[in-house]
Amino acid sequence: MTFFDLARRNVSRHWLRSVLAVIGIVIGVIAIATLGIMGNSIGLMFGDMVTDVGDTLVVSPATGVGGGKLTERQVDDITRAVGSNLVIPFASTADKISVGEKEGGAMLYAIPAGDMPSLLEVESGAYPRDTGAGCLIGSQLAANGRENGLKLGARVRIGDETLRVVGVLEERGMGFDINPDYAIVVPYSWYSSHYDEDGYDQVIVKVRDVNDLDAVKESIEQRMNRREDVVTVMDTRGILESVFAATDSITVFLMGIGAVSLIVAGVSILNVMLMSVTERIKEIGVLRSIGTRRSEVMRMFIYEALFLGLAGAVIGGALSFCAGYVVTAVFVGNADYLFDPTSLLYIVFGMAFGVITSVASGLYPAWKAAQLNPIQALRHE
Amino acid sequence: MPVISFEHVSKVYPLPAGDVVALDAVDIAIEAGEFILVMGPSGSGKSTLLNIMGSLDVPTSGEVTIAGNRISGMDDDDLTLLRRDHIGFVFQQFNLIPLLSVVENVEYPLILKARQNGSRERAEEVLEAVGIAETHFSHKPGELSGGQQQRVAIARALANDPDFLLCDEPTGNLDSKTGTAIMDLLDRMNREEGKTVVMVTHDPRMTEYADRTIRLVDGRVA
Repeated sequence: MTFFDLARRNVSRHWLRSVLAVIGIVIGVIAIATLGIMGNSIGLMFGDMVTDVGDTLVVSPATGVGGGKLTERQVDDITRAVGSNLVIPFASTADKISVGEKEGGAMLYAIPAGDMPSLLEVESGAYPRDTGAGCLIGSQLAANGRENGLKLGARVRIGDETLRVVGVLEERGMGFDINPDYAIVVPYSWYSSHYDEDGYDQVIVKVRDVNDLDAVKESIEQRMNRREDVVTVMDTRGILESVFAATDSITVFLMGIGAVSLIVAGVSILNVMLMSVTERIKEIGVLRSIGTRRSEVMRMFIYEALFLGLAGAVIGGALSFCAGYVVTAVFVGNADYLFDPTSLLYIVFGMAFGVITSVASGLYPAWKAAQLNPIQALRHE
Repeated sequence: MPVISFEHVSKVYPLPAGDVVALDAVDIAIEAGEFILVMGPSGSGKSTLLNIMGSLDVPTSGEVTIAGNRISGMDDDDLTLLRRDHIGFVFQQFNLIPLLSVVENVEYPLILKARQNGSRERAEEVLEAVGIAETHFSHKPGELSGGQQQRVAIARALANDPDFLLCDEPTGNLDSKTGTAIMDLLDRMNREEGKTVVMVTHDPRMTEYADRTIRLVDGRVA
């Protein structure tokens, strides 16, 4: 029999009251952990959707300059500015397409055929050649082949010309440069002659060493924007960082909402503990008179709060796992995000916060119990 | 050397209506092995005397020595340890801890002192000495009669082998037959074990057990 044991017995003496206090902590832990998991899963989902790993610069014509296109010469200048790093210019447009009897619209990306392997992975088939009339289709277009008729070998009619699908792309996800999953990728040479265009919409620069990103960006800006702003250079790493900072903020906000419920639970623990102290004033007087020190009385009450907190945290942690599964499966659409260590950490965090809240709520009642005058406490009826 | 020594001890409670003198220059010396009764009318200062003897309170002036320790200048922790190690309390209302079994109630002060478990044997030994059958060891205090509860309370007071027992009307809540049995037990502890007993009572029949009686009137020893 120790103070810990005594505290445990005190908690079970008023089991209904203790259970209700524990339920408060359980709800708080679930709220914090689940909302944290949800926010984190949104971030993870976003991370999965974007393909860029922060090694990409996207160069666009500055607003109102050169009719919104980059010329071949400007692309050459950019190529010189970036040294050995990879430069991939592209143009894009949306157009009507038809496959057999089926008609629809699609996004077209025009990329020099030689640059395609550097930017895109072909899942089946091959890359088109500059000289041929071949094209690639995005993974989602291919997945919806039944509806749109697009599949490997299909003939796609764009305007008065027909292209043959020579390859299907691997799923690439959302990117800051191009999003080919729902698009058709054609050789730039075909695009240029078909639409009678000789400019590019944007230039993608793949930087070999991420550490050189800033230097390469500066080099492009120095070369291109010497007199006036001809191009704007978008740093995907910076965009990614701000996007992830935004998802972090969402997570913190959601957890803040959860924390409110835990604070309410803390107030409930405070109330339960104060009631416990009031009911046991005489008992505390007896304990003090037979040699229990103030610090020991305090410890006994803190242990009680700790018990309530631990029970709430363990039950809440287990239920958070279930609730997290439901939230990630239903709201985010992928329950796998729950098993990511960064998500599981929110369960640990919620449990820890539950225990800390409970113990913090027990501090004042414990202090109050310890400060009781033993003579007055003994007289208490 | 006396177990309890009061030298010119006064206790004054400052109240808005004026100071109340509970003890007024009291001199007392209680030697080891004595059985002392403290008697006096209500408001005579018996409770204050008992509280100071039990190191639950400190005097306003004068010198109090408990088991060789001067209590002036002691902080709350020192006074608590003095109670734990040298004083055994027996209350009128038994004041056992309802959460703990009979044997755990007796074991509690032993654990406080030893800071570990393993005091069960000593607790059982003391319980047997005060006449509690082993079958009652695991019972909760509420399952025992008043007389049995008071025996357990005496066992708890004796557990740490204190220098003296401080009894506050220990038979006040018991019928006369049970009260006599409890007094016989305290008498036995005093005569056979040599325990010093200080007992506050209103009952003049108790004087037959005592070596001497301290009578208090208006905070002074009469």
